[in-house]
Amino acid sequence: MIVADKKPIEEIIEELGTHEKILILGCNECVTVCEAGGKKEVGILASALRMYFLNQKRDVKIDEETLQRQCDHEYLEEIRDRVDRYDAIVSLACGVGVQFAAEKYFSTPVYPGVNTCFMGATEERGLWTERCQGCGQCILARTGGICPVSRCAKRVLNGPCGGSTDGKCEINKEIICAWQLIIERLKALDRLDDYEALSPLKDWSTDRAGGPRKVVREDVQP
Amino acid sequence: MKANTSSRLKKVLSAGHLAVTSECGPPRGSDPEVIVKKANLIKDHVDAVNITDNQTSVTRMCSLAACIRLKIMGLDPVLQMVTRDRNRIALQSDILGAASFDISNVLCLSGDHQSFGDCAQGQNVHDIDSMQLIQMVRHMRDDGKFLGGDDIKRPPQMFVGAAANPFADPFEIRIPRLAKKIKAGAEFIQTQCIYNLDKFEAWMKLARDRGLHEQIYILAGMTPMKSAGMAKYMKNRVPGMDVPDALVKRLSDTPKEKQAEEGIKICIEDIQRLKEVDGISGFHVMAIEWEEMVPEIVEKAGLYPRPEIK
Repeated sequence: MIVADKKPIEEIIEELGTHEKILILGCNECVTVCEAGGKKEVGILASALRMYFLNQKRDVKIDEETLQRQCDHEYLEEIRDRVDRYDAIVSLACGVGVQFAAEKYFSTPVYPGVNTCFMGATEERGLWTERCQGCGQCILARTGGICPVSRCAKRVLNGPCGGSTDGKCEINKEIICAWQLIIERLKALDRLDDYEALSPLKDWSTDRAGGPRKVVREDVQP
Repeated sequence: MKANTSSRLKKVLSAGHLAVTSECGPPRGSDPEVIVKKANLIKDHVDAVNITDNQTSVTRMCSLAACIRLKIMGLDPVLQMVTRDRNRIALQSDILGAASFDISNVLCLSGDHQSFGDCAQGQNVHDIDSMQLIQMVRHMRDDGKFLGGDDIKRPPQMFVGAAANPFADPFEIRIPRLAKKIKAGAEFIQTQCIYNLDKFEAWMKLARDRGLHEQIYILAGMTPMKSAGMAKYMKNRVPGMDVPDALVKRLSDTPKEKQAEEGIKICIEDIQRLKEVDGISGFHVMAIEWEEMVPEIVEKAGLYPRPEIK
């Protein structure tokens, strides 16, 4: 899933400036799972903002709404009939949702309420870790199912680098060396001989480097 | 190791001599005299001089410019290149720039992470890794082609080196990793600083068991300790460094004012011991900000004078 983290409320207040009718818009998907932008967080942010504006003796209306998704036309359309009541939206969806909402409601300012961080997994409640950078050309078959692009600080394809110590990354003792994991996994799969195969230069044109990407699937298009 | 290069380092090694290299870190400024002065301290005692590439990710004068400076002085520079800061366009371009000055040695590295340096908020590149950089330089040299497939007019004639850390983890892939660097096209290795000689000798034996010492020149990395404090710092704070307790104790038991002298003595003893190890082709003496000690180490280790090479 896409993992996001809360933005400091001071930053959101700063973004909102003088707006007086604000919709806090949550999303029921990834940001709900990572507890940054679901219905619960919409409620918490709305209460905090109401409190803040009350203290400021400002009459600001704050409404709450949480959509099934903000990255689909279908669900974003659900608020079309009432969008005009607001002079700003704070979207607690990931960056995709914020942008899609902004594209759809072109004359309404849409502010991000979270920082979108990465594609990752829930290790345990309150701990999410990165697993994928969407490079567009998956190499997991060669690396024992562990991704050096997203999990190695230098994304080395023929690792580990000289900084791997006690199985930890040189940048932080809390970070496991991805190549340590790859080697352990290759060993468990009885494929350690594969380690000596040179990984060729990667084609990054399917990555961010190639510019904005799209997936076109004519077979499923209407 | 077919390519015809003007590398003095390669000539010394292929003539069967024990080679001696050292390194100079470029200054944090544009004064060319800094590098000239450092080079003058060591030039008669080494075969080639590595120039580091923004080591520990601290911004400095570029390795290429400092290498050109050494080349103009008549020395044989080793251009260190890290893959952290440049993509494949810039790396190929700098290789050609170096070759245009007949700089004939390159050391291919990934580089310390930028979080250690003065631009921790910067982006890193890592378009290719150090293994792929070795392949890239060999491709440019041996096939005379750019990565994109076009012919290179006057291809670079580089003697291609890589680093090896016999002490890094996981230990079981240390030898496979060396084999992989050879397969990628590395022709010489400069190792991480060696303090744990027993472990290094065990690594060398494993390399010999696979015949790797006959496929690549291995230069043992030696860095003299300036003090017990430095030994402790290297032991506890520098990633991938193996400093035995006995060495820390020997320095700690030495009066403070004699510790530097003792550090030099240890370095010389270590070189003398490693000279006898089968498969060692030379020494890479990295006296960090202590270049003036290199001549004494080289002389007392019995590696002076350096051979005459035509």
